[in-house]
Amino acid sequence: MSTSPLLDVRDLSVSYAARGGETRAVNGVSFAVHAGETVALVGESGCGKSSIAYALMRVMAPGATIGAGSRITFEGHDLVALDERRMRDLRGRRLSMIFQEPASALNPVMRVGDQVAEVARLHGERSRHAAWDRAVTMLDRTGIDRARERAFSYPHELSGGMRQRVLIAMALLMRPALVIADEPTSALDVTVQAQILDLLRDLQRETGMAVLLITHDFGVVAELCSRAMVMRDGRIVEDAPADDIFHAPAHAYTKELLGAVPRLASDR
Amino acid sequence: MTDDRGPRTVNAGTGAAALVSVRNLTHVYPSRRALFGPTGAPRRAVNDVSFDIRRGETLALVGESGSGKTTTGRAILRLIEPTSGTVTFDGTDVLALDREPLRKLRRRMQVVFQDPQSSLDPRMRVGRTVREGIEAHEIAEGADADRRVARALEEVGLHSSDAAKLPHEFSGGQRQRIAIARALAVEPEFVVLDEAVSALDVTVQAQVLALLTQLQRDRGLTYLFIAHNLAVVERIATRVAVMYVGRVVELADAATLYASPQHGYTKALLSAVPVPDPRVRKQRISWDGK
Repeated sequence: MSTSPLLDVRDLSVSYAARGGETRAVNGVSFAVHAGETVALVGESGCGKSSIAYALMRVMAPGATIGAGSRITFEGHDLVALDERRMRDLRGRRLSMIFQEPASALNPVMRVGDQVAEVARLHGERSRHAAWDRAVTMLDRTGIDRARERAFSYPHELSGGMRQRVLIAMALLMRPALVIADEPTSALDVTVQAQILDLLRDLQRETGMAVLLITHDFGVVAELCSRAMVMRDGRIVEDAPADDIFHAPAHAYTKELLGAVPRLASDR
Repeated sequence: MTDDRGPRTVNAGTGAAALVSVRNLTHVYPSRRALFGPTGAPRRAVNDVSFDIRRGETLALVGESGSGKTTTGRAILRLIEPTSGTVTFDGTDVLALDREPLRKLRRRMQVVFQDPQSSLDPRMRVGRTVREGIEAHEIAEGADADRRVARALEEVGLHSSDAAKLPHEFSGGQRQRIAIARALAVEPEFVVLDEAVSALDVTVQAQVLALLTQLQRDRGLTYLFIAHNLAVVERIATRVAVMYVGRVVELADAATLYASPQHGYTKALLSAVPVPDPRVRKQRISWDGK
């Protein structure tokens, strides 16, 4: 890891306009993600983990601002200062995101094949046919059987797990260097969650992409990540290899969280 | 606690009399027309389900979305009218009751839902919310009702002064405590907990589970604990019923079910629970549906 990191975040702050002032959701956070790394940002609701994800993608909620002095460097680009046109070019191509709720992240009145193909078209694919073929190939790689037929489906005709596979196909189509996965399995049933985690692990190994996983679930962290950053109240309280986080947690809060995680007696 | 119902029998759950008996419960939802696409067939959400809930135990109903667990819970409380089958509560045929006796029975069976955000009226002060049931069931009024509200809030770990606040002034975990206080203020014997801790952060979830266990011990409550998270269920259940597309496929003592699951679906479900330990990779068991 002597090379410069893929993503370098320094002193990142994110604030939200609130009644009578502003609330700081992220408070001077610094971390780096190297190419091919699988890193988790884990914490409870309100800790600021999702605000970081949205800041990195520059898809901020209304009223949210990145604080002065915050620096986000991705593949040499200064993401805080980058103009929107160039940001649009990076988004989906080099840096993409898998959202939690496939039901709301997909367009309900557009065939899923078109939604995946649109990503290719946005990033320079001129031919409609070629874009559609790439979409079908990608849907197939995410484990959707009969992808050629299923590409003609509308989101409501697919199960939650299938819809999540469509979102993964959209995020990975352009072979991005970094994928941010925001609670990618939290809305899914446990058996479907297991399938999606296996799929993400396989695709990560296959493509060598870096993954930044945003989650509250230590089970999902253990399944997918080699490193974990534990967040509380807008700060990272511990950043360590996953094995250390689980077997030798240094911070009291990490210990408290791990102690509260429900786990099957047979898995202990 | 003093009331006019006399002493209650509390049993560990084995060999005890059933407080609730469900027999051949079936519920069919009418076909739904999709926004685009063909009309669906009627959906059998609950299909010939039978089980007993013993006095003082926690029976967990687990399953994934569409398994029928929530519909079953609602049918027992008669929040929906099931298509067929019977539900007996302490010897009374719940589904045959007229409005007034049903209303009276509701005092003895309460429910706590998943999302306190939407089950609490945002404009109603917490004290008023808790007090409503006390007055509706004519348990107390005036200063006596106030005392009961204060006691209910304190019992779930809140302050009596919280009665003057609005729901938005509380965290998610505290709101769930308010929902529990509201349910317990009418002194029920039976509580349906429908994904009651699912939306909570793990540290808060552990606290609320401990609270539910404590309240059960103190009051001899009987729970139907509806949940999808098997690791959470293991912490609280006496017995577990596993549901899969409308049917109970396995019902056993919790210890037995977790140690040696018999049904293929139960095995698949247990093998899918992620292990919070990067050194362990569980062998997944797949289930193809029979």
